[in-house]
Amino acid sequence: MNIDSIQNGIVLDHIAAGKALQIYNDLQLDKLDCSVAIIKNVKSRKMGRKDILKIDQEIDINLDVLGYIDPDISVNIIKDGKLIEKKKIELPERLVGIKKCTNPRCITTTEQGIQHIFKLTDREKRIYRCIYCEADK
Amino acid sequence: MKHLIDPMDLSIEELDNILNLAQDIIDNKEKYSEVCKGKKLATLFFEPSTRTRLSFEAAMMELGGNVLGFSSASSSSSAKGESVGDTVKVVSCYADIIAMRHFKEGAPMLATMKSDVPIINAGDGGHNHPTQTLTDLLTIKREKGRLDHLVIGLCGDLMFGRTVHSLIKALSRYEGIEFVLISPDELKIPDYIRTEVIEKNNIPYREITSMEDVIGELDILYMTRVQRERFFNEADYIRLKDSYILDNSKLALAKSDLSILHPLPRVNEIAVEVDDDPRACYFRQALNGKFVRMALIMTLLGLEA
Repeated sequence: MNIDSIQNGIVLDHIAAGKALQIYNDLQLDKLDCSVAIIKNVKSRKMGRKDILKIDQEIDINLDVLGYIDPDISVNIIKDGKLIEKKKIELPERLVGIKKCTNPRCITTTEQGIQHIFKLTDREKRIYRCIYCEADK
Repeated sequence: MKHLIDPMDLSIEELDNILNLAQDIIDNKEKYSEVCKGKKLATLFFEPSTRTRLSFEAAMMELGGNVLGFSSASSSSSAKGESVGDTVKVVSCYADIIAMRHFKEGAPMLATMKSDVPIINAGDGGHNHPTQTLTDLLTIKREKGRLDHLVIGLCGDLMFGRTVHSLIKALSRYEGIEFVLISPDELKIPDYIRTEVIEKNNIPYREITSMEDVIGELDILYMTRVQRERFFNEADYIRLKDSYILDNSKLALAKSDLSILHPLPRVNEIAVEVDDDPRACYFRQALNGKFVRMALIMTLLGLEA
């Protein structure tokens, strides 16, 4: 299957197979009016199978969201049809407004206008905890 | 500005300073009787409490300061729908320091983001209760003369018992500590306390269900109440509430220098007959709570005698 190369935009490569749709939703790519290609189950030497997202527009990507979902994703910035930058992403120390605390005893469930914030407490196991109640995500 | 939300907010050095100050207050009460003259403590208790609130208020009064506040959510503006953040922002205009208890976990942390004065967490749901931890540490230090090389049994509701969580965190920083966690399976300590505090610090621990099997090994027995207010399901509470009752027959199996602590209030988990045993420290512990809160208030306000 062939998908056209993009001229100016972003290619998210090396997405774990099956994760592309989650990233599409979490980055709110549905709100863009440009072309976005979701390519699933592409053969990969390194990963066996992978997903790819191609966004045909230069946008600000929330790297914290990507890092939280999978810090091994490649973020390739394309300009005039050429790869000009590979952005390095990593597990963010804090998740701000990305996920909601699900602990029914947490103050975030009742306080209006409160920002949901998680901090990374175990990098190896990728455990994030709500800064308010310490419940894990 | 310094707050106290989690017992780990204090370094060991800061903790030692507070415990030493508390001991000096005990030994020289007169010296501290006007340290907080002209200062106001606000006690914002969205959840009812007897001893913690009164202990804070007594502490401030003995330092020569004044107190204001409310003792339940129904007598505060939260009954009108005011947010915790707004309440704290307003009260921080009137008081020099705030002690806050709330049934929602993390409410005092939120308060620190809104307040212009120091916030003390006086208990947030089943999460943390750092001033009880200070009380417990002062009691252990006064009873045992040390905070290290102790075998500590924690018994009862270890899942929702916030005093237990805070005490484990605080003691995990001292050498030679061993925990014996005594609870029904349904009320074991939360995973994050076990993995991220106890196991992470390589502290020896056992999780068991029988108090009698281990009571003879303990230096400290920390009893807790199964708290009705932490259960969503009344049937679960009734099934578990009488899991452990310490009486003289069980105490006969214990060391002669065991120290029995309890954050109080007790319901029936310690028989009244135990009160007369010199190993029962829980009423002395309640008294220590006032002195350590005096030390904490002074420390957070940056005051010296």
